[in-house]
Amino acid sequence: MRTTQQKDNPSLLIKPRTPLTTSLWQHHHILDLDDFTPEEIEVVFHITEAMKEVLCRPIRKVPTLRGKTIITLFYESSTRTRVSFELAAKNLSADVVNLNASTSSVTKGESLVDTLSTLQALGADIVVMRHPQSGAPYTAAKYLEASMVNAGDGWHAHPTQALLDLYTIREHKGNLRGLKAVIIGDIKHSRVARSNIWGLTTMGAEVILCCPFTLLPTGLDKQHHHFPQVSIEPDIELALDGADVVMALRLQLERQQSGLLPSIREYIQLYQLTEPRLAKAKPDALVLHPGPINEGVEISPAVARGRQSVINEQVTNGVAVRMALLYLLAGGKEQ
Amino acid sequence: MKSLLIRGGHIIDPSQGIDEIGSLLITEGEISWLETGEVTPPQPDYDVLPARGLIVCPGFIDLHCHLRQPGFEEKETIATGTRAAARGGFTTICCMPNTNPPLDNQATIEYVKLKATTEGVVRVLPIGCISKGRKGEELAEIGELASAGVIAFSDDGEPAVDSRLMRQALDYSRAFGLPIIDHCEDTVLTEGGQMNEGIIATRLGLRGIPAAAEEIMVARDLALAQLTGARLHIAHTTTEGSVDLIRRAKEKGIQVTAEVTPHHLTLTEERVIGYDTNAKVNPPLRTREDIQALIQGLRENVIDVIATDHAPHTEADKLCEFALAPFGISGFETALGSLMSLVHDGQLTLATLVAKLTYEPSRIIGDKYGKLGTLAIGAPADVTIFDPNLEWAVDTKAFASKGKNTPLAGSILKGKIMATIVQGKLVYKDESLRLKEG
Repeated sequence: MRTTQQKDNPSLLIKPRTPLTTSLWQHHHILDLDDFTPEEIEVVFHITEAMKEVLCRPIRKVPTLRGKTIITLFYESSTRTRVSFELAAKNLSADVVNLNASTSSVTKGESLVDTLSTLQALGADIVVMRHPQSGAPYTAAKYLEASMVNAGDGWHAHPTQALLDLYTIREHKGNLRGLKAVIIGDIKHSRVARSNIWGLTTMGAEVILCCPFTLLPTGLDKQHHHFPQVSIEPDIELALDGADVVMALRLQLERQQSGLLPSIREYIQLYQLTEPRLAKAKPDALVLHPGPINEGVEISPAVARGRQSVINEQVTNGVAVRMALLYLLAGGKEQ
Repeated sequence: MKSLLIRGGHIIDPSQGIDEIGSLLITEGEISWLETGEVTPPQPDYDVLPARGLIVCPGFIDLHCHLRQPGFEEKETIATGTRAAARGGFTTICCMPNTNPPLDNQATIEYVKLKATTEGVVRVLPIGCISKGRKGEELAEIGELASAGVIAFSDDGEPAVDSRLMRQALDYSRAFGLPIIDHCEDTVLTEGGQMNEGIIATRLGLRGIPAAAEEIMVARDLALAQLTGARLHIAHTTTEGSVDLIRRAKEKGIQVTAEVTPHHLTLTEERVIGYDTNAKVNPPLRTREDIQALIQGLRENVIDVIATDHAPHTEADKLCEFALAPFGISGFETALGSLMSLVHDGQLTLATLVAKLTYEPSRIIGDKYGKLGTLAIGAPADVTIFDPNLEWAVDTKAFASKGKNTPLAGSILKGKIMATIVQGKLVYKDESLRLKEG
């Protein structure tokens, strides 16, 4: 009897600690965090908490999105993001179809807009897309009635990763306001860094970017005054001083070939997150990494697996955050 | 053919310093009479085009456009491009040679001229390539191109990357008195670039095109122009730094002229937000500070002319990921409307704007093709008539151009072309304008 009741009334299944205020949620697509208000991010946190509770149950499946079709469309290889979305959708009982689109099909003449129109015609409710070109989800969303979730586009944005990072930090720190967060590494080519800069500053954190200037995108320096909460510190020890949160980014090894770095060896010497360097941060500072890790390059194995690392929690929270987002896009609207 | 009296308009002809109400008569394709004030011509037999409240000026001259024919007829043809030009008030247009095959020999120039005569509605003056096949390796047959009637040489779309080739082109062209037009871009610095480098590019995750990439090439070209004493014309100037470099070069007496486009004068890089591929153009839309410097440059005659860089593309070309879309804005039909915003804002006088579209470009072309850019008696009757205050919505479906690629689609512009006359022939007329038979 209890099971039937649960099936018929999904709202009983998701029990947040505080009442949900999904009426604040205005997004039909999730493209980036730069158009999220702090209140909207709080809504995501609240629903994520409820989803984490679902994930703790012996049967981690609720019927919330039964009958909804979610298509993942990946133009770039990915393991964790794709699996995370797939599990999130399945935990909510959605029908999931995974499409592996190679970028070569684009050059062979199948346009992105054509592909998306086809997915629309096939009845997709939500399309989760990763694409190597910045802005591709925006182009696609213009021609899509279904919701578009950006699972990473070029250098531009990775909003679900940033939301899971924010959620993980908040779980430990209670609040993001006033925290000092240091992002170390290849900021220029990192969609994770960009989305985190907007997300962290929206939630009131201070962001310090630490990297060689060849890996820093234009316009973020203090002199430009675009983002008063963002500062640049190329010296890792100074950057880490008193930090609450430390995020190391994956260094693509091809950055050396394109001349942005003299050598990987020098990068390791100057920017690897090591235990002695981490000691400059607050004792309870968290260490995050969006993965996949180049162990021994941007982060030492000891720090990656150390006491302060929350890298595995990030992965677990990723499923809950993506469940929350899918719920908000497909199910939450109907309440 | 009956004469045509354009009566009671505000005549602006910078070539003769006219800026007042008056009338002019067109007979046998030439300006036959012009008087200021409320005077009617002695000859009694003519049709009348009432122009009260309208600006009457020499036909606009565009030093820089892409007609795409031969080779890219899906984007534009000489027939559609010249009709779009007529709708934009242009009576003479100079087309860039980046066609397929490129305009690097007499045969292709003759083809364009023939198409223009048989299918076009405005005067088309081709520009020839600097290098054979636009490859940037060997000089094209510049002498033969000159005798075929080109008005300048350019590998536009690409810069003359090789400094030695650029030097040779400048030197060799001196004998023919024609300018080299360079698209100034350090292509190593701009490789993969999508938009102006700066905070917007950073936010959008797009590879930037730094202002320095343009300025490095402008500086090189100015040094080579000084070295050779040849005529240099800088295409589509977009940065404050380029304006400064050209200003200093002119002060030193280097023979340089420069152009700026309507879109670089009126739109900023912010237009790219939302990944609008119709705002993707090379050189890219820049910043407010750059626009201010460009306007100042126009006022001080550092920048001589306004040219559209009309670059039509198909909808399919632009309907894709931002990085995969081609560069270019379809510019003929919105040029005046967008430029008039500078006049309405008090940034440019109407007389300056008209000079930059008529007299100044005619000075760069010279008088080889007749007296262009003037309403002087005996000059070809190329006349543009526009309403400076009429507001209209940009509807790309109504464009004569095949290129609907403009970030201004749906915008309201204040200032509209009412009639365009080429050698006495009315090639475009707004529906609201009534011709009175005499």
